[in-house]
Amino acid sequence: MHKLISDLSTGWGPQVPSLRRIGMDLVQISRITDSLARFGARFEQKLFTQGELGYAQAAPAQAAERLAARFAAKEAAIKALGLSESGVSWRDLEVRRHPDGECDLVLHGRAAEIARRTGITRVLLSLSHDGDYAGAVVAALSDTAPLERFPESRS
Amino acid sequence: MNNVEQAETVIRRVLRDHGRLNSDVSSLSRDTDLYQSGMTSHASVNVMLALEGEFDVEFPDHMLKRNVFSSIESIQRALGELTATA
Repeated sequence: MHKLISDLSTGWGPQVPSLRRIGMDLVQISRITDSLARFGARFEQKLFTQGELGYAQAAPAQAAERLAARFAAKEAAIKALGLSESGVSWRDLEVRRHPDGECDLVLHGRAAEIARRTGITRVLLSLSHDGDYAGAVVAALSDTAPLERFPESRS
Repeated sequence: MNNVEQAETVIRRVLRDHGRLNSDVSSLSRDTDLYQSGMTSHASVNVMLALEGEFDVEFPDHMLKRNVFSSIESIQRALGELTATA
């Protein structure tokens, strides 16, 4: 009974995921506007999925800030998942927006394969906007791998 | 000027125009760390797209690594691989 109550209260079920790593990134929206002006569709197609572009282009006045937040999310995910030297497409890291406005991060292809192989079972995403900046934090969680030990002082 | 020198000249011009570096590109060594010199991940995307235009190549997904764009030398090596297979 105690276990049942514990599982219900955490909402995680019997396997409680532990945090493996977090990543954050900050993007200046006007830089994204510049990139869109300089490289146009090549910039869009290289970085974003059709779903992401569809959402951004649905509100042209907000397209750059929406894409900036999504680029920040992808870069945060690269840090949280340790993908910087893995040769993974940005399109394999997709921000999906739900009808209620909540966003989550969906992994595809090689990014999903590497996450699976390294024991990452869940990623959490938080996006933020302020003026000319958009930011994102991604947390990578694992059901199996323990939290990395906090470095101990050697003094 | 041979092809290697020409490539380096173009790379330096692309870095000057798109890399947002905090030092003069002409003063950089071939192995200077571009990220340490101020290049952000977003600037590195602009550099990559500009290089694709200049050299008429496309960086495949497996080359989208931080190290590939970390120095003039590493960029030139990657372009060498791409143009050799083009």
